[in-house]
Amino acid sequence: MAIECLVLGAGQEVGKSCVVVTINGKKIMFDCGMHMGYVDHRRYPDFSRISKSGDFDNAISCVIITHFHLDHIGALPYFTEVCGYTGPIYMTYPTKALAPLMLDDYRKVMVGRGEEQQFTNDNILNCMKKVTAVDIKQTVQVDKDLQIRAYYAGHVLGAAMFYASVGDAAMVYTGDYNMTPDRHLGAAQIDRLRLDLLITESTYGKTIRDSKYAREREFLKAVHNCVASGGKVLIPTFALGRAQELCILLDDYWERMNLKVPIYFSSGLTIQANLYYKVLISWTSQKVKDTYATRNAFNFKNVQSFERSLIHAPGPCVLFATPGMLSGGFSLEVFKHWAPCEYNLITLPGYCVAGTVGHKLSDKTTKVDVDKDTQIDVRCKIHRLSFSPHTDEKGIMDLVNFLSPKNVILVHGDIINMDHLKGRIESELGIHSYCPLNNETVSFPTTHFVKADASVKFIRSSLTPNFKFGKDEATEMAPVQVCDERVTQGILTMETGQKVKILHQDEVLTMVGAEQTEVEFAYCFPLSLCRLKGHVTDDNSLIRIVSGKISNEVVEFGVPDDMGVIQVNSFRLAVCKNDNCSFRISDGSTVSSDGTFFCCNWSIADKDLAWRVISVMKNMDSSVDSVSVAL
Amino acid sequence: MKFTSLSETGGYNLPPCNIVNLCGFHILFDCPLDLSALTIFSPISTALYENLNEQTFSCSSSASHPKTEKLLDKNNLIPTEPYYKTVERLHLWDVSLIDVVLISSPMGMLGLPFLTRTEGFSAKVYATEVTARLGQLLMEDLVAMHTEYTQFYGPKETGLLQSLNWDELEALPPTLKEVLLGKDGTELGSWLSLYSATDVKECLRKVQSLKYAEEACYNGTLIIKALSSGLEIGSCNWSLKSPKRDVSYISSSVFSSGTAMDFDFHALLGSDVLIYSDFASWNGDTCVESENSSSSSVPVDCSTKSDNAHAWELQDFDESSEEMEKLNFICSCSMNAVKAGGSVLIPIGRLGIILQLLELLALHIESSDIKIPIFIVSSVAEELLAYTTILPEWLCKDRQEKLYSGNPVFAHEELIKEKKIHVFPSLHSHELLMLWQEPCIVVCPHWSLRLGPVVHLLQRWHADPNALLVLEEGVDTDLALSPFKPIAMKVLQCSFVSGLKSEKVPQLLKMLQPKLILLPDYTKPYFNPLNESLSCLFFNENETLSVPNPNKHLEVNIATDLASQLTLSKLKSEELTIARLKGKLFVDQAKHYIVAEKPTMSSKMMPLVHWGTVDLESLVLALEKIGVKGSMEKVKDEDEFGSNVLHVFEPNKGLIQVKETTTVISTEDENLASLISDAVHSLLNGI
Repeated sequence: MAIECLVLGAGQEVGKSCVVVTINGKKIMFDCGMHMGYVDHRRYPDFSRISKSGDFDNAISCVIITHFHLDHIGALPYFTEVCGYTGPIYMTYPTKALAPLMLDDYRKVMVGRGEEQQFTNDNILNCMKKVTAVDIKQTVQVDKDLQIRAYYAGHVLGAAMFYASVGDAAMVYTGDYNMTPDRHLGAAQIDRLRLDLLITESTYGKTIRDSKYAREREFLKAVHNCVASGGKVLIPTFALGRAQELCILLDDYWERMNLKVPIYFSSGLTIQANLYYKVLISWTSQKVKDTYATRNAFNFKNVQSFERSLIHAPGPCVLFATPGMLSGGFSLEVFKHWAPCEYNLITLPGYCVAGTVGHKLSDKTTKVDVDKDTQIDVRCKIHRLSFSPHTDEKGIMDLVNFLSPKNVILVHGDIINMDHLKGRIESELGIHSYCPLNNETVSFPTTHFVKADASVKFIRSSLTPNFKFGKDEATEMAPVQVCDERVTQGILTMETGQKVKILHQDEVLTMVGAEQTEVEFAYCFPLSLCRLKGHVTDDNSLIRIVSGKISNEVVEFGVPDDMGVIQVNSFRLAVCKNDNCSFRISDGSTVSSDGTFFCCNWSIADKDLAWRVISVMKNMDSSVDSVSVAL
Repeated sequence: MKFTSLSETGGYNLPPCNIVNLCGFHILFDCPLDLSALTIFSPISTALYENLNEQTFSCSSSASHPKTEKLLDKNNLIPTEPYYKTVERLHLWDVSLIDVVLISSPMGMLGLPFLTRTEGFSAKVYATEVTARLGQLLMEDLVAMHTEYTQFYGPKETGLLQSLNWDELEALPPTLKEVLLGKDGTELGSWLSLYSATDVKECLRKVQSLKYAEEACYNGTLIIKALSSGLEIGSCNWSLKSPKRDVSYISSSVFSSGTAMDFDFHALLGSDVLIYSDFASWNGDTCVESENSSSSSVPVDCSTKSDNAHAWELQDFDESSEEMEKLNFICSCSMNAVKAGGSVLIPIGRLGIILQLLELLALHIESSDIKIPIFIVSSVAEELLAYTTILPEWLCKDRQEKLYSGNPVFAHEELIKEKKIHVFPSLHSHELLMLWQEPCIVVCPHWSLRLGPVVHLLQRWHADPNALLVLEEGVDTDLALSPFKPIAMKVLQCSFVSGLKSEKVPQLLKMLQPKLILLPDYTKPYFNPLNESLSCLFFNENETLSVPNPNKHLEVNIATDLASQLTLSKLKSEELTIARLKGKLFVDQAKHYIVAEKPTMSSKMMPLVHWGTVDLESLVLALEKIGVKGSMEKVKDEDEFGSNVLHVFEPNKGLIQVKETTTVISTEDENLASLISDAVHSLLNGI
């Protein structure tokens, strides 16, 4: 029983997320992303490591995609249409609806860059047909043993963390998530689960962010300043996610400040994406959701679509253009025209994949090579968006602490961040953590329970309340403390070729077909309670007095019943009138004639109690004697 | 497990109400209101017109024929603020004993505020997100419509029960009396005056909403899952997993619908007990194979009967196409009425039907040369329609495909934008009056024809022979229409699919392979012949049925660390290994677990149960080995079994009495006692 985890992508890097986990023999592929920084074979995960023969259908039980970002889904059409995987694929409804837009957008960029097309639009559509959409918290039985469930992850619309369990082993793969709500999405939410493994992203594993609102204000101020001085603002984004979040922000700000500067969306594509957002509004934050009946927040009032001719039109404007990170396409084209002007503004996300123009801009260079033979003078202002839909260090630590899995694997981040996080998780939370490289495998044993059939009698006896009343002796008025210490005790039996059984001890004899042989202890002894005897009239009251004395010293001791018998568990004590009682073991010394005989018997479970009581009684005898002597 | 049927189904609008006791928890399935009973009250405007014409009619009519049984006409309807008929037998239960309430459909929720406002109510209520929302809208609409009523009658002075004396009760027409008192005359106590908007709000706060197939764990013991039933958007069947057994509950279901997600049967497969309560479209005639319809008063019956039960397969069967035929028929009837200058009134309460009907009507209007408006009048219509556009996850495949291809899932959003459909909260809103034109098509509540805009519109159109009224089946048309007589307008009564057809049920049950099926008693003649392949148990209304459990054992999960600590001992005689197990038992996610107790008890555990025989000779030998000596003696006791006694004298005095099944050790030396007992135990099997 083990979990084996093969990291095919996003091991100590960001890009082409892909982890293949084998839980108790079932293989699940989490995410199937592409790396935006490469154009050669390195852009896709090395699928040959899953199956040398390429028979992925038999190797993999299912593929799970967490959200529609290309570094999580980009290789999926390639995997299904080119590599030939035809098994089940799961993703949330919004991911299924939005992923084709994302993929096709990227495909167009690739074609536009003159690269070889990896998959066609038909490939994308065929691929999406094989996808089963799931809802948050819906529990899906993939096959007899494998069960998966999505949890809300924030990050982008439809992003989910996935829980998977096979038998007693369970794990969670987070994908990208956000522990704080943003303009349009809620915070990640998950149940307290018992996990063997948590695979979490760690993009911002070493950053702790303060309030988002200050950063949003910064962004709005930068945009406002730029358009106020007649400049143009270029916001390169992917069609979905960030575009909508920023647009909600700007649309709202435009409304409040009564600005008339046009906001453009670069292609019809993004406006169409807004339609999806409107229908899928139940996947956004509570605040946005609540307003659906009156005004859908994705009905942007100030947004128009952009014509190519407007690139050189005079006057200020704000333009959302795809793709993000200036990795090519229209956004890069506009960048070429707008970057040389110092009044203009380019906003870039906090994280750009290595190899993109956006990444090169990080170094505050004044010149940038956009391709082999084009160099652009960058004179415009650059604003780094410091709010990100990823969780920060605190968020990751909170999630790990909340879930308290047995093991943690960190993916989707730089090695510096990972090492820092790994150290904190191991030292502060005491949880094993790993940051494997791409194509490395990590494995560990999993939780396993021995299955047994328990008899109803055993279960019932275990569930019987067993109240213990304790009293704080120090203060008289202290309330009585009641605790319920249930005893689970039974007999486990194993017969060759049969399931393990658990029985109540009374049932064992029937099972083995024998009668119980009891082994008891008995002892009959005299006490010369002459002093006491004067006051008591019958054995009942004698027993009552004796038991009163015993209970002073032996806590468990109870009250005698009316028959003159004291019984605690199996221990029985009574006055013995039988002069021939066979349990009167004399040690040779003479028995005083006026002594009263007490006969007791018990079974082995109560032997300690029995001997304690007997010794208390014998002491009582001598103390009474000494009293009588003194008189 | 115990099962009690509190009330049987009365069709789509009145789901059955049942209570199950599982693992000691009382689970209530649905809490409906019988709104068809509203028909015994006289609607607002009739009373208004009557009042204008002939003063207080109720006094005059009851005074003129005090003791004779009256015929059913509009004057016999009860002219008070309406009361609402709840499930009579639910009142016999102590509300505080109910642990869980499961709501399968919005209709099953309408009586819930009565329950949740009762003192002592502490149950957890589960419903799907959509059922909870739709249920809330239905209830809010009901409260709003009722308020209109009270505005007419003024503040409540006398309730229904005070206003009727016994004589008047006796004098009611038999139809009314049956509705009021129930078949056995005991249901007068089930009438309550409506809850308030606050009650509804409070009720909703107690509902925990679920997604389809979300696992909700109640008290660690029950895993509750709602699974699409296909009846209506968001309505569901239930799967309950408990440590003892798995129970499935099938409420009214439809295999495939034009709006709601398909019937999801996967999670219902192979349960221990299947409670089958979908008899909404059950007619007793099925088993006798008779075809004649009992309701002769129905002017037009558009239900088509196609009998291809033999070739039926679950996946292929398409009820929605049959349903589309009916809807198209309604549309063409409507168009005919409109062409003749009459208006169409559609007081249908079924969301799925209305949504499809709106799309079809728009198409029909589009393709004809007349342009007429469609009005939707209801206090919650706007919100309801907006809500339906944002729940693609709950819809059927075709609708979901529309989402993926970037089209609106329902057409009404566009139609409203294009001003082909107009939505208004009430009839007297100014904008409506400005836009009003006849003929037109109006969709409005309420199907009982006693509340809401429908009352006013019926009053307006009932005498127009060109007008058309579209009703759903399940309403007693004669009674429902009585206050509006004489009626010249056409009446079209439609039966929509509101449950599985009875001829499909055995096939479904066979496929689901439950170990035991619970069915109502009246289906006995139908299911008894199938008893060979299906094991069925039949229940009567309001009778508690104990459901036997064939499982003698429960599965328990033992933690590996505890299992590895066990001291296993092989029994001499058999192929059996036994061990004493001590730990902590707990229930989580409907499973039993035994884990090691925190401080691991290292002390050697003494065997507590012994069997086998103590052979005296061997005992003496065993004792000698440890240095205990004694002498044997055979004693005849008073009882004839007799015993052997071994007197011990070294190292101390003692006595061992050996009988067939008991061995008694007696000595005053504690050490000696344990030495001897060890020796005895070595001769026995023990655990």
